[in-house]
Amino acid sequence: MTPAASSAIAVTQALDAVMREDKGRLVSALIVRLKNFELAEDALQEAMASAVAHWSRSGLPASPQGWLLQVAWRKALDRIRRSQTEARTAEALQPFIGAEIGEAPDLISDNRLRLIFTCCHPALDQKSRVALTLRTICGLTTGEVAAAFLDQEATMGQRLSRAKAKIAAARIPYGVPEADALAERLQGVLAVIYLIFNAGYSATPDRTRDFVREAIFLARLVDGLCPGQAEVEGCLALLLLTHARSAARLGPDGTAIALGEQDRSLWDASAMREGLSLLDRAMHRRAPGPYQIKAAIAACHMQDDSSDWPQILALYDSLLRFEPTSVVMLNRAIALAETGALEAALQSLAGLADALADYQPFHAARADLLARAGRTAEALDAYGMAIARAGSQADARLLSRKRDRARSP
Amino acid sequence: MKYMLLIYSNPDLQPAYGTPEFQAMMGGYFALNERLKADGVIRGGEGLKGVETATSLRVRAGKAETMDGPFAETKEHLGGYYIVEVPDLDAALRYAAMIPSAHFGTIEVRPLMDYNPAG
Repeated sequence: MTPAASSAIAVTQALDAVMREDKGRLVSALIVRLKNFELAEDALQEAMASAVAHWSRSGLPASPQGWLLQVAWRKALDRIRRSQTEARTAEALQPFIGAEIGEAPDLISDNRLRLIFTCCHPALDQKSRVALTLRTICGLTTGEVAAAFLDQEATMGQRLSRAKAKIAAARIPYGVPEADALAERLQGVLAVIYLIFNAGYSATPDRTRDFVREAIFLARLVDGLCPGQAEVEGCLALLLLTHARSAARLGPDGTAIALGEQDRSLWDASAMREGLSLLDRAMHRRAPGPYQIKAAIAACHMQDDSSDWPQILALYDSLLRFEPTSVVMLNRAIALAETGALEAALQSLAGLADALADYQPFHAARADLLARAGRTAEALDAYGMAIARAGSQADARLLSRKRDRARSP
Repeated sequence: MKYMLLIYSNPDLQPAYGTPEFQAMMGGYFALNERLKADGVIRGGEGLKGVETATSLRVRAGKAETMDGPFAETKEHLGGYYIVEVPDLDAALRYAAMIPSAHFGTIEVRPLMDYNPAG
């Protein structure tokens, strides 16, 4: 191999490593300063192309990130100058004129938090928030984001473009919200992170990008950049505690294993320790919220040899104050049954029948409780409805086994 | 940037004239107007008479057709608007949330185009 070829390979590898680690940070710095997604992404792309040529000739710069940012910044300003007629150039460059003309944004201040609030802004629809966050902050390609939603790449590209166009046209700010709105907007950011986590958690493991890892990365990032927020800590705790059980949650044939029946030796002890200590820290801040409560429920399932149901029931009652949804009511009813109040639990389920008519876990839970109450005919019927709505083959198999057991107790 | 805050509401859900709720709503609008002036952000705003007074018109094949009633047959009607000039959407949304009708209707927040047809 010629020295030139081997140096080109080394440069490409170095560039790949920088982009894998720092792409989100570099692109955030550019977007927030340029207030333009496309321009920032294109300029960074151009800078990467230059990097291969320059670094091969003169070796790696002391700070590859700084070099890329400097060059991308100059390329962006060039593009603005080229694309505008002379009269409008001055106007377009106006925001950058002053002390900072020609100076690249610094690397020290991390702009990712500001950009996360932009990507997760409530003026964008939910799916666009998730997609834009994965694309911009996590650095996924449009194709990878599309795959997560089972969308065509072109469709996802259009969705991302529309969202970016709205950010520009409606002037959605690039910034951390003011103190009076911060808690509410943080909940919106956490909702996006939780959706990404669940997309990864329910996916088959052969996916190219691990969304569970991306979600934990995002939660850590927000916790690091916006420290001391009990709900952010609670959300990260919830993700870690849920993730800790992932090796134990499916049987060899892919069947879901109920929490109480999982092999606890398969739980990830270090993720669990970190989750519990984060939850502890969050609760000491005395600012309760839905993520802390959900993390506390996960902890109650995991800490002792068996789940602490009276405590879990009390936690669901608290959660209902924040999220008065049918799904939370369902989980509360299950906890209620576990404390021994089977009849009361069944009555509470009866009130949810309309709202959750198409929700498989509702029928599965109702079937379990009916079987336990000895109402076999109704239980068999309910298992049938659950099986008809099962999301996977494995779930259907598990429900069928339970139905067989109910038939001949 | 200028934003128009379009106030849509269903007249049936609006507090009736003469009730304490109506008084509270009017008080809310008065307070909002004072606030918008004090903050120096108000650029315009009007309330509209009811949709029973509306006439719609379109020109087809060179001929004006007029119709009784509003353009769209919906329960919520455009009842008025504000124009505010603020730095970004978050600021516009903050004022939109202060509009009393937001409690029973919907406020649509739209950025204005850069040119002004009135000159």
